[in-house]
Amino acid sequence: MLNISGLSDGVVIDHIQPGGAFEIYNYLKLDKLDCSVAIIKNAKSNKTGKKDIIKIEGPLCVDLDILGALSPNLTVNIIKDGKIIEKRHLNLPEKVTNILRCKNPRCITSIEQELTHTFKLADKNTGIYRCIYCEQRYSNRS
Amino acid sequence: MKHVISPLDLTVQELEYILTLAEDMIAAPDKYKDVCHGKKLATLFYEPSTRTRLSFEAAMMNLGGNVLGFSSADSSSASKGESVADTIRVISSYADICAMRHPKEGAPLVASQYSSIPVINAGDGGHNHPTQTLTDLLTIKKLKGRLNHLTIGVCGDLKFGRTVHSLIRAMIRYENIRFVMISPEELRIPDYLKKEVLDAQNIPYSEVSVLEPVMPELDLLYMTRVQRERFFNEEDYIRLKDSFILDNKKMKLAKEDMLVLHPLPRVNEISTEVDDDPRAVYFEQAKYGVYVRMALIMTLLGLEV
Repeated sequence: MLNISGLSDGVVIDHIQPGGAFEIYNYLKLDKLDCSVAIIKNAKSNKTGKKDIIKIEGPLCVDLDILGALSPNLTVNIIKDGKIIEKRHLNLPEKVTNILRCKNPRCITSIEQELTHTFKLADKNTGIYRCIYCEQRYSNRS
Repeated sequence: MKHVISPLDLTVQELEYILTLAEDMIAAPDKYKDVCHGKKLATLFYEPSTRTRLSFEAAMMNLGGNVLGFSSADSSSASKGESVADTIRVISSYADICAMRHPKEGAPLVASQYSSIPVINAGDGGHNHPTQTLTDLLTIKKLKGRLNHLTIGVCGDLKFGRTVHSLIRAMIRYENIRFVMISPEELRIPDYLKKEVLDAQNIPYSEVSVLEPVMPELDLLYMTRVQRERFFNEEDYIRLKDSFILDNKKMKLAKEDMLVLHPLPRVNEISTEVDDDPRAVYFEQAKYGVYVRMALIMTLLGLEV
């Protein structure tokens, strides 16, 4: 089994849908950070079989709620001195603009480039977002 | 200002108002012949349509108004690359109300965000077609006498058929509605409609692949055609297009007061021999489409007689 050493101070974004880590990496612009970042793809998960994980060394000052829209059910743990000091509960935003992209080729956003990509939370329990134009469900798999 | 982009943009009370107004228009059309005098309807049709466009135009003419517009994207500035937002900003200064059909889903919603006149969605790809739903509701109310306590069979292309999706969303707002979905496996109703609409509101429904055994249960049978333009693949279209054909033999199994509705155009899914059956009401349905659009235009323009 792949072994990534534990963090002493930082953030662990856990239970990301398999394949979803890079989207979160890009959204958070983690490539611009001058610190260690580990992306673990397809880690074993008791709940879902597989999951992605991102470990970031150091603090992260962004609106973490948005991450719930990118990958429902993910969890954020804040680590200090090697211990989890906070399990961040994400409040899914009702509406997200220009963060998720509609991939439906029949959607008006597919031909009109200047339109904002806006998604509405359709189901709080499952974290499903739908495009306001075509109502297509957001999926991070193309 | 009110736009009608989805069938659910109208409350049950607003629907009731429009349907009652439409029924009065059927009974006394002369009363309404000048109500839109001096008003203009713009028909912005980015894809071909006979029935919907002409019924909108007929509706406005019946109300004494005028019509302007285009009937394909090629004959509009869209062919020069103009956005929907820019087109509607300009049209807003030419007309009092507009009806838009567009092959891309959500285009009329975009238009409504930039428009200073009411926008009616006249069909956006495989998504919504609210005035067809209004037509269906008026037909059911007028000929069945009620919109509640009905077992509704929907048959044909339930996957891409926007008229069926809209009808389901509209009918579940009435009491004691049950659906029987009749289609080949490949054209079943999308999962999200089942989970988020039917299951979420505990609406009873069944899914079957054969029409005959369920015919006796139905109060209404809503037939749809398998549409070539909704398929990416010609092979699939050819394989599935003849899946369900309604004929007199099947009609013998139905209740005496069952009604057959169809949004039209039909190809061959209803055999022409069924046309003479008094339960086949699809041509009346098309006629009611004009009245319900008249009632909608009048209501959105805030006009009264």
